[in-house]
Amino acid sequence: MARPGVNIDYNQKVITIRGLEKSFDDNYVLRGVDLDLYQGENLVVLGRSGTGKSVLIKIISGLLKADAGEVLVLGKNMALLDSRSLRELRMKVGFSFQNSALYDSMTVRKNLEFPLVQNQRNLSRGEINKRVEFVLDAVGLMQAINQMPSELSGGQRKRIGIARTLILQPEIVLYDEPTAGLDPITSIDINELINEVQQRFKTSAIIITHDLTCAKTTGDRIVMLLDGKFERQGSFDEVFDTDDERVRAFYNYNFTE
Amino acid sequence: MDTTNSTVTPTPKQGKKRIKRAAAFFQDLYKVGAFVGRFFKEAFIPPYEIKELFRQCYEVGVRSLALISLTGFIVGLIFTKQSRPSLSEFGATSWLPSLTSIAVMRALAPLVTALITAGRVGSSIGAELGSMRVTEQIDAMEVSGINPFKYLVCLRILATTIAVPLLSCYAAFVAMMGAYLNVNQNEGTSYSTFIEQAFEPLSFIDFESSLIKAIVFGFTIGVVGCYKGYYSSRGTEGVGKAANSAVVTGMFLVFIEEILIVQITGWFR
Repeated sequence: MARPGVNIDYNQKVITIRGLEKSFDDNYVLRGVDLDLYQGENLVVLGRSGTGKSVLIKIISGLLKADAGEVLVLGKNMALLDSRSLRELRMKVGFSFQNSALYDSMTVRKNLEFPLVQNQRNLSRGEINKRVEFVLDAVGLMQAINQMPSELSGGQRKRIGIARTLILQPEIVLYDEPTAGLDPITSIDINELINEVQQRFKTSAIIITHDLTCAKTTGDRIVMLLDGKFERQGSFDEVFDTDDERVRAFYNYNFTE
Repeated sequence: MDTTNSTVTPTPKQGKKRIKRAAAFFQDLYKVGAFVGRFFKEAFIPPYEIKELFRQCYEVGVRSLALISLTGFIVGLIFTKQSRPSLSEFGATSWLPSLTSIAVMRALAPLVTALITAGRVGSSIGAELGSMRVTEQIDAMEVSGINPFKYLVCLRILATTIAVPLLSCYAAFVAMMGAYLNVNQNEGTSYSTFIEQAFEPLSFIDFESSLIKAIVFGFTIGVVGCYKGYYSSRGTEGVGKAANSAVVTGMFLVFIEEILIVQITGWFR
């Protein structure tokens, strides 16, 4: 069920995953994951640390290869793409890293310009500046344009990281722990920004988190990764309306600690 | 005590460990081969990053000039100073310019340049790429549709391959200046005579082999630095290891290549 003001097209799937499996040596992380992400939807993937949440979005973005199963992103099978097609697809799938992963030798402006200049070489200087200023304005950090990443706070770095994913105008955004390491107030700002991005840029998103406030605020649908599979699925209340101790423990920890 | 059978048979556990190590070694060797192959596959196809290549050449070349100048000059000066007593015993100090030029051109200039570059540039490439790897900056490039191998690795390898031969020529020049200073002070040899005597014993193959050596050394330093950094892991510890390993492996390979190239050019001489 979509939140107010959010338009989700349930007839159009932008990501389809069937029977996804992934292991690292003897550690089986994903054991037959099935998932659909609809056009315009914010899907939150909840789970404890080390349960394979980040592995899931790294497989979707092509950073990791699946051991088994099928991953279709915007109708394209990730396993069958050559490097050129994968690069083209990646421009439509933004990835916001947990630690922001800003290029620390470049200013904020260069960080944002870099993907543009590399991918759209025919853009004029004026167009590049316009796009950079547009996304910086969208994340509310116009004043940081000439700063180095080391001069920014954690929350500002997250915002710039999100701005960098938006500069290529993606259709899907993958957020890896967007509120990890942030204070509660900054976390609320980031949650609002995620919702703003969804509505303003008409993106679909997968949000990986173990922060239940983030899940409740940003998720149209929530899935819970338990023992390598999605065990619970639905709205926030539906997911936690259970006697399953693994789920209850997660809820209690988040709201009592 | 029975000392006839001193061979120690490895336990099954040790044997397994050795097999694992050997397998890892060959796997690594294959990985390096694939890395070099990928460089040749991707370095020469468009788009070309000329501006970034110049920046990398500047980082490798121009920023090494001070160190190369100092080291080159001292090497020339000391080599001449140390060779004089032996030559003077035979009254052959007039051979100093030619002896120095042969040593500098055939071995010292490319070798000293390579060792300095391996230490200064190899470690910096290893640490830079290593830190980019562990902070996910390389992954960030990949997911933005940028080819990090082409942008980070190919350009750095090209830069070291271009800059080390140029630095080696410069090191040779500076070393000869150091030698001239010493010879001029002790024997009063004029500059023109020194140059004439220095160039006399050198043949085309000396210049050629020196240049080839420098190109091979530059390529090796670039490949080792990039490989160690690009595949580094395990956080900050991994970055330190990548930088250290880039220097040690780079220097080791430079010496091995020196022996091989000297052997090969010896056949053509």
